Amino acid sequence: MQWITLCKLDDLIDNSGVCAYLPDIEGQGRQLALFSLRHGDKQQLFAVGNWDPIGKANVISRGIVGSIAGEPVVASPLYKQHFSLLSGQCLEDNNIALPVFAVRLSGQDVQIANPSQPVTKGVC
Amino acid sequence: MSNTKKILVVGNGMVGHHFVEQLVGACPGAEITVLSGEPRLAYDRVHLSEFFAGKSVEDLMLTSESRYQQLGVHFFCNAWVERIDRQAKQVWLKDGRHLVYDKLVLATGSYPFVPPIPGNDQPHCLVYRTIEDLEAIQASAAQSRVGVVIGGGLLGLEAANALKQAGLQAHVVEFAPQLMAVQLDEGGGKQLRSKIEALGVKVHTDKATQQIVAGKHCRYQLQFKDGEALEADLILFSAGIRPQDSLARQAELQTGERGGIIIDDQCRTSDPDIYAIGECALWQGRIFGLVAPGYQMARVAASHISAGELCFQGADMSTKLKLLGVEVASIGDAHGKTPGALSYQYQNQPLGIYKKLVVDASQQRLLGAVLVGDSSDYDTLLQYALNGMDLPEFPESLILPSAGSKPALGADALPITATICSCHNVSKGDVLSAMDAGACELGAIKSCTKASTGCGGCAGLLKTLVDGELAKRGVEVKKDICEHFAYSRQELFHLVQVENIRTFEALLDKHGQGLGCDICKPVAASILASNWNEFVLATPHVGLQDTNDTFLANMQKDGTYSVVPRVPAGEITPDKLIVIGQVAKKYRLYTKITGGQRIDLFGARVEQLPDIWRELIAAGFETGHAYGKSLRTVKSCVGSTWCRYGVQDSVGTAIDIENRYKGLRSPHKIKMAVSGCTRECAEAQSKDVGVIATEKGWNLYVCGNGGMKPRHADLFAQDLDTDTLIRYIDRFLMFYVRTADRLQRTSVWLESLEGGLDYLREVIIDDSLGLAEALEAQMQQIIGSYQCEWKTAIGSEQNLKRFRQFVNADKPDSNIQFVEERGQWRPASEQEKLAFAAIDVRQISSEPQNA
Ligand code: SRM
Ligand SMILES: Cc1cc2nc3c(=O)[nH]c(=O)nc-3n(C[C@H](O)[C@H](O)[C@H](O)COP(=O)(O)OP(=O)(O)OC[C@H]3O[C@@H](n4cnc5c(N)ncnc54)[C@H](O)[C@@H]3O)c2cc1C
Ligand code: SF4
Ligand code: FES
Repeated sequence: MQWITLCKLDDLIDNSGVCAYLPDIEGQGRQLALFSLRHGDKQQLFAVGNWDPIGKANVISRGIVGSIAGEPVVASPLYKQHFSLLSGQCLEDNNIALPVFAVRLSGQDVQIANPSQPVTKGVC
Repeated sequence: MSNTKKILVVGNGMVGHHFVEQLVGACPGAEITVLSGEPRLAYDRVHLSEFFAGKSVEDLMLTSESRYQQLGVHFFCNAWVERIDRQAKQVWLKDGRHLVYDKLVLATGSYPFVPPIPGNDQPHCLVYRTIEDLEAIQASAAQSRVGVVIGGGLLGLEAANALKQAGLQAHVVEFAPQLMAVQLDEGGGKQLRSKIEALGVKVHTDKATQQIVAGKHCRYQLQFKDGEALEADLILFSAGIRPQDSLARQAELQTGERGGIIIDDQCRTSDPDIYAIGECALWQGRIFGLVAPGYQMARVAASHISAGELCFQGADMSTKLKLLGVEVASIGDAHGKTPGALSYQYQNQPLGIYKKLVVDASQQRLLGAVLVGDSSDYDTLLQYALNGMDLPEFPESLILPSAGSKPALGADALPITATICSCHNVSKGDVLSAMDAGACELGAIKSCTKASTGCGGCAGLLKTLVDGELAKRGVEVKKDICEHFAYSRQELFHLVQVENIRTFEALLDKHGQGLGCDICKPVAASILASNWNEFVLATPHVGLQDTNDTFLANMQKDGTYSVVPRVPAGEITPDKLIVIGQVAKKYRLYTKITGGQRIDLFGARVEQLPDIWRELIAAGFETGHAYGKSLRTVKSCVGSTWCRYGVQDSVGTAIDIENRYKGLRSPHKIKMAVSGCTRECAEAQSKDVGVIATEKGWNLYVCGNGGMKPRHADLFAQDLDTDTLIRYIDRFLMFYVRTADRLQRTSVWLESLEGGLDYLREVIIDDSLGLAEALEAQMQQIIGSYQCEWKTAIGSEQNLKRFRQFVNADKPDSNIQFVEERGQWRPASEQEKLAFAAIDVRQISSEPQNA
């Protein structure tokens, strides 16, 4: 598996999101929303697409994160739908999902795997 | 009955209108035509006087042309009916048109009786019945100093109040020895008189007016039979009503000796195809001059026409009102005329309270009651009287002020058939079934049963019933803000304050579960800010905020942001205007004057925000908090500095107020306004806090808002000096901040406060909870720790890191595209983006344009 470094750990903001740029072959570039959920000493990283398929704007990274029934979620800042950070699934609409990417920390580097193949098939 | 009947309704007063609504429901096929003699469709005559308190004609309307069209009801306004041809089953209008009917309903109401006094037909001799009458009174009042009302009944006193409100010196002249002789006994009448005189309205009883002649000091002089005289500029007749039965007389229907169209229990007149309802109808020798009995007749007639079986069985004429701020109520046989009737009386002269119970000979049943000065027992007494319930062992306990030990008649004790709302004939059972069907909140119950939407007299009882029933059903109105906290906002506020909790994490650890969400995080952020006022972008708080707060700007549909600098009170120097123009030009921002007297700059990309603000701050601007649940704007009118009518410096005061409360985080946004005189150009009465200048100081209004459900603010206190004004606003705001629910504007908060405005006055003005000092101190702390969030934000590299489109690339968001329209930039639509190439795309030149 190929891991690509996006940014440093201290570019992330605890319990909030940032947006990272991922160049692609067509030169169009792709926008990813990176989240760090921290409670006490526990920290988890998530990467999903930054495009809000409902609000039709690149804003997911600016949503509020939290949990719904134990599942980590982000709420779109535009119209407040919730998306699972694990599956990308929109909790309010079964037909809509965000693409989700595998993400890891390597030293201080935040990395994602196989960007051309998101873990889930949501549109990006 | 066949469905194609032509039903013609003459008169579209309250009762005629109610009939139409009832018939549409009962008989969907009927072809209904309404002939309104007035220039408009039905309006709320019962609340007519509120016209003087600022209600518009619009507010008073009970229906609208489009509503009637929707219902398939034909209507004509200004359609005065002159003649009925019973043979041909036709009615003829004044203008010569005629219409045929199968069934005719006369709902012609009544007209004010003007005693035949010589001189009663002069220009400023007026009556009080229609909107046009009120407009005439208003016009006349503007050219008058002294007004007199002839007639000291219910309406007369209401009219006197209107004159007083219009700023006139008001007199009431009554022929009988006492006021409200129909409803009150002698004791009640006396008590009412002294209360009303204490309010500055002169009462003259036992006075028969003989003629009206030209006055010496005023326009007119009233000369009385006893030789005395009274001068006035405006004369208002309110000497009773007469049933409008001229049509019936012309058509030779049976009418009463003293007027009124005789009807049977089905509301039919002597012609079985003609019905009469409302104030024009005479049933068993009685006219019913109230709206509730009229509505009952409307239901009966509609039922009969659609083959239903309702009967009119007479109606209760009990009334409760507030006249000139004095509570007055009369129930049933107030005069004790029933053979064998006995009475109990309680009088408290210092407090101006008079109460009387009339009971039957066996002291088992309540026959009637009179309440003056304190009508709080009305609901209970009325239920005893209406439902024939057994009185307690000592009936007098019902009216004695034996604090606490009064045998309260809970709504529980009422029989299921008890009428709660007589206007709309809603029984206790109806309310319970509405609740069974899922209506579990007062508003919902009102809208599905219509209870309490007529005269409003039953509002208190309905609320008690609903509250009690909810409690009984164990419906604990769930106030948990979300799945992470089993607390209401108010409870969380308390926990944060008492336990000195400083971060969301600490709050979650101690009192919550899970990770939080987009509901509880902003609530916690707001509570933390209201208590400690730390910088909202400080590390522990940044993730709690809605995106608007996080980026200190309002997100727009395309992911860009708007920039709203504070322009306190809307006052701005030319230099500052120029800076706004320059910044907008440089960053190609769309500019618009907002509804809050300031300028919004739209279309800023997130990475541009700090640069834009750096320039604005350098020019002396501050953040306008358009993004926060916090003080928005204090709107002002130009006030005494320029305006020829202004009596105080409204701009100066508005600026002071805006600067005082800017940055205060609250459950919802707060808007304020200050007007320089009663013309109210700043629209203060539509704000959470409204201030209107008076000759002596300031009138303070609270809990108004515009938006989805507009609400006029309530007058809270009058003629305040500036210090007191500020003190009250401090307390009011902080009490709201502490106790309101999340996203609850002050208007909704007030409606949810038990005890309403009076309670709020007690807390804020009388300091009944002993909180005043603490509220002021907390406000002082917030004011003392104010910072311009943008200034703080651009002052630190750490904070600025947040304002990047990408953490790893210096590029703009390629999805943000603009097109030009009317000389400015606006977001491109999806289609326009598809036609990408044809569009002048702003970020192609990512360098700002030189201004
Ligand atoms: C910009 C402005 C419209 C304009 O171009 O004039 C505006 C724009 C918005 N209004 Fe407003 N309102 C604006 C004046 C008003 C007014 C008029 C006034 O303040 O005199 C009202 C009615 C008065 C009132 O609030 O009582 C008003 C009633 C609302 C409401 C309904 C509130 C309610 O209680 O029903 C919302 C929705 C809400 O807050 O939940 C709202 C929400 C919004 C939001 C924040 C909606 C959103 O989330 O995107 C809009 C974004 C503002 C932005 O991006 O800058 N806006 N809004 C006005 C900004 C005034 C300012 O200088 O701050
Ligand atoms: C200021 C005021 C305060 C009041 N307060 C209360 C209160 O607190 N509680 C209460 O219960 N009641 C109150 N009332 C009384 C209440 O308003 C009336 O009982 C009620 O409005 C009667 O309704 P109605 O439809 O029978 O008559 P109206 O409302 O008088 O309507 C009759 C309509 O018929 C029209 N009309 C008459 N003849 C013709 C014709 N030939 N052709 C065409 N149209 C015609 C008239 O123009 C009028 O519009 C108050 C009344 C007033 C004026
Ligand atoms: S209010 Fe209006 S005209 Fe005046 S100063 Fe204020 S009101 Fe002017
Ligand atoms: S009794 Fe009039 S509204 Fe209920």
